Amino acid sequence: MYWNEKMECMPVEEMRKFQYTGFKSLIEKLYNSNKFYHDRMKSVNVRPDDIRSLDDVRKLPFMYKQDLRDYYPTKLFNVPNTDIIRFHASSGTSGKPTVVGYTENDLNYWTDSLARALTSIGIGDKDILQVSYGYGLFTGGLGLHYGAEKVGASVVPTSVGNTERQLELMQDLDVTAIACTPSYLIHMSDVANKMGIDIKKDTCLKKAVLGAEPWTESMRTKIESTMGIRAYDIYGTSEMAGPMFTECEERDGIHISGDHMYVEILDPETGEILEDGEKGEMVVTMLQKEAFPLVRFKIRDITSLNHDVCECGRTSPRISKITGRSDDMLIIRGINVFPSQIEYTLMRIPEIGNQYMIEVTRDGALDNMRIMVELKPDMFSDKVTDLVRLRMRIESELRKYLEIAAVVELKAPGELPRFEGKAKRVIDKRVF
Amino acid sequence: MENENIITQLSIFVSNEPGRLAAIAEILKNFNINVKGFNLAESSEFGILRTIVENPDRAFDCIRSKGVIVKKTDIIGIATEDSSGSLFEAAQIMAKAGINVEYGYSYTGKDSDQLFVRVNDTEKAIKVLKEAGVKLIKRSELQ
Ligand SMILES: [Zn+2]
Repeated sequence: MYWNEKMECMPVEEMRKFQYTGFKSLIEKLYNSNKFYHDRMKSVNVRPDDIRSLDDVRKLPFMYKQDLRDYYPTKLFNVPNTDIIRFHASSGTSGKPTVVGYTENDLNYWTDSLARALTSIGIGDKDILQVSYGYGLFTGGLGLHYGAEKVGASVVPTSVGNTERQLELMQDLDVTAIACTPSYLIHMSDVANKMGIDIKKDTCLKKAVLGAEPWTESMRTKIESTMGIRAYDIYGTSEMAGPMFTECEERDGIHISGDHMYVEILDPETGEILEDGEKGEMVVTMLQKEAFPLVRFKIRDITSLNHDVCECGRTSPRISKITGRSDDMLIIRGINVFPSQIEYTLMRIPEIGNQYMIEVTRDGALDNMRIMVELKPDMFSDKVTDLVRLRMRIESELRKYLEIAAVVELKAPGELPRFEGKAKRVIDKRVF
Repeated sequence: MENENIITQLSIFVSNEPGRLAAIAEILKNFNINVKGFNLAESSEFGILRTIVENPDRAFDCIRSKGVIVKKTDIIGIATEDSSGSLFEAAQIMAKAGINVEYGYSYTGKDSDQLFVRVNDTEKAIKVLKEAGVKLIKRSELQ
């Protein structure tokens, strides 16, 4: 089943032509009307006329996350604020948030992209989809909400939190699918266990659309076997619009609709374009965005491309599971660990605050990771055993999500460093 | 009326940062907090400083104002000449009454030794200890 068969199954060469036409008109428009793009292109001596094929895209300069911060809040927008019908903002762990804006067309293409994605995993008008992503400034909740309504699914907009209530609604409304972060779904399953609910037997849940944080194949296996569901990866960032693309039923990469987004994979060191299957830094260009254009944006995610036509019949290229951010991945005992994964895990432990530090050392051939967290004053117990038990609980949660052991150390509030600009929470003391 | 045998202990979290304990001692000194007894419970990576101070309410506010994790805990004080023997005796009396001792420590005072214990049911412990003739320290004696 396709939502938009023409676009999703367009022959590859035809799609490249379509993308080139889109690119060309986008660049002409931006060069003539947007000071930022005009200046950036001048700085590398490229004029719209120099773009004569899709490969010429490589002549254009990159756009960085820092640009979004430097031109905060709306200085990169290409339409007057009166044409914006919605704003979202990403929570910046490093200082100022990033504000994104949408025209009516922008919301339409975003919704269309999610309608394609949901259809590709068999979620449609017979389904009841619980959206347990945060609603509000975060793009996850409202994005999935609109996409699901578009395909005619019944939406249960629970947002995050109040897990017991969510489980009750899941049972009472015969919810068939859920969209949330993988760690929240695991949390829900733990809470369900405590309430005596077996998600596999006591609910109608069959599918989960999971994203917004890195997760692993072993987490997928665990989620699927304990809950008796199929779990699909979803990808997208607020700069792109929000969550936009998912795996199809084949689950062999995330389909990127070519009419929406053009993807390049570069060697992070040399900047060379990489072959299919080679992992590198993703650079994206949004072809239909009006309010907040994005051209050759270094999104900082690491993945690889696959241009083979998928078993499902879609011709769009697929990206492999995002293995994390190019700027902060740590390799601990051969396992990729992302500080963001650690952060998500820590945030779910009520006894500790928001600050943390990660220290990696090497003892012989063995990497050791030490994670320091701050105890919340009102959660303090004066019994040593309670605090040791808390420490062990944090360690076991981290082991569950990272699949690697870390030593946790409890600190008093204010003892860990605070960061004004970009947080530097990782101290890697290893000598290679 | 509040039980005069309930003593307020201040428990302070001490992480293993170098100089942390010294910094806390400095705070106590700067606020002129008179320490009547203390004990440091340690694990390998942090400690809990348990203190008996004059005017614990004021001390609590002072310590907390410095961003230090501090907590008030009700404990019982036993006046004794022989702290290990008294601990054994008190523990037996409370065990018979089904009361659990969570931790205890002794402190050598001017006139006598003092044994401080934290139990899971303070009121009941005071009752059974008094009935058994154990001499308990009054809050006023520590002021
Ligand atoms: Zn496919």
